[in-house]
Amino acid sequence: MNHCNNPLEVSRRRVLAAGAAIGGLVLAGCASTPAGPSIGRVVVVGGGFGGATAARYLRLWGGNVDVTLVERNAEFVSCPMSNLVLGGYRQMADITRGYGGLKALGVKVVQGEVVAIDAAARKVRLASGAELAYDRLVVSPGIDFMNEQIGGLAAALDKGSVVHAWKAGPQTVALRKQLVDMADGGVYALSIPKVPYRCPPGPYERACMVASYLKTAKPRSKVLVLDANPEITSKKGLFQRAFDQHYKGILEYRPNSEIKEVSGTVAKLEFEDVKADVLNVVPPQRAGDLARTAGLVNINNRWAGVNWQTMESTALPGVHVLGDATFPAPLMPKSGHMANQQAKVAAAAIIQLLKGEAVSATPVVMNTCYSFVTAKDVVHVASVHQYDAAEKTFKTVPGSGGVSAGANQIEGRYALSWAQNIWNDMLA
Amino acid sequence: MNPWILAAALALVAGPSLAVAQDAHLARNLAATCANCHGTNGNAVGDMKPLAGVSAEKIVALVADYRSGNQPATIMHQIAKGYTEAQIRLVAEYFAAQKPAK
Repeated sequence: MNHCNNPLEVSRRRVLAAGAAIGGLVLAGCASTPAGPSIGRVVVVGGGFGGATAARYLRLWGGNVDVTLVERNAEFVSCPMSNLVLGGYRQMADITRGYGGLKALGVKVVQGEVVAIDAAARKVRLASGAELAYDRLVVSPGIDFMNEQIGGLAAALDKGSVVHAWKAGPQTVALRKQLVDMADGGVYALSIPKVPYRCPPGPYERACMVASYLKTAKPRSKVLVLDANPEITSKKGLFQRAFDQHYKGILEYRPNSEIKEVSGTVAKLEFEDVKADVLNVVPPQRAGDLARTAGLVNINNRWAGVNWQTMESTALPGVHVLGDATFPAPLMPKSGHMANQQAKVAAAAIIQLLKGEAVSATPVVMNTCYSFVTAKDVVHVASVHQYDAAEKTFKTVPGSGGVSAGANQIEGRYALSWAQNIWNDMLA
Repeated sequence: MNPWILAAALALVAGPSLAVAQDAHLARNLAATCANCHGTNGNAVGDMKPLAGVSAEKIVALVADYRSGNQPATIMHQIAKGYTEAQIRLVAEYFAAQKPAK
């Protein structure tokens, strides 16, 4: 069956194809369709680190797989490196990439929003009302926020008096503007939710980048880190050292400081009110809205369970879930790097499932997160996770992985190269 | 012969060869775990080491040196210890067979 028509005209195409089969007619071919019969239709929802990588590798590895990527935004904006924009060390253009590379590879890119999944009929419905049929579906919806857990937060975010900047894009621009507009002597407060949340070291990197900016641009200002956790949740020693070495007198770190309510730019904790000039609240998180409405969320009413060998949902057959929305294997971080790795496990498995072959019995994923502690000095955390067939999960390899010996500028260059290479790996 | 019986017989014969076909992707899948830093199929940009077209012996030796600590590293000594020697061999042979991009 030829799938080269407008991907949104699924119903019409199916009717035409059925008619063609009965009548013995042949549908007109189109130039972009590779020779040979398609082995199947895959719809990918979400064009971030997980979804874009899945779309690309389905084309690279699958040969003639029909791949349609549905993404809300016209361009990809990277969360990793977005803290450099907040510090003034990079511009939005540096962390923004288009979907042209995927289109050139034969991925049909549809700008839109999937609002419903019919797993029985194997089709998705878009907000526009259009429907897309699939043989296998990939859902990489990222995270959404549990704003209801913090009094007044939803309204404050709507109003723009408080920003999260935990999804890169307009929120990143808004927070940078607030920091630039803040008077010297002002207080920037950053509220960190309890684990698990997207990008464990991200908040501490952000605290460093904002402190680095304020240290030179507005030296009388303060960074106040209000952490709901009892201690720094990632690369603790390295961040602690950076706070002491570079930001003494500017940055104050407060553990066990869970925000309960916001009022204007006042953060209300259990026993005190903290007045800020710029209030940046990273809200508690759960799997993206689509995962919830589609019935993919089946763990703690918060995350999507998956079969780690294939990334297929444990709730809906034929649907593969990637990235931050999944309930993680032990010690597996919610990171763009990990989403990219999971996407390749899924792409390999989907191709084999479409061909009726056995899926790989021994998948491997690994993670690296680089964090800037100054404009040039970087620290990393890395881990390697091998699939354990007996326990049906990924497990870190004893003795492998770890963190930097200390912050250093060589890894500063590696971090920037990491970004270029992973963006290429998902979008080139 | 009834075509359905023929198909069933072929499927039985095809069983073991499908398992071999699955193994054929192992090196590719393992090498893909390196791509985030070293580029798709080992075609890295920037300060990362390109691996496409590098001889398998050289990659295997370098990784062994990272594991032993003979070759100082920022991160590769930690990552190398996450893979078996057999996996490193497969990855190295995969990258050696890749064409460096222009």
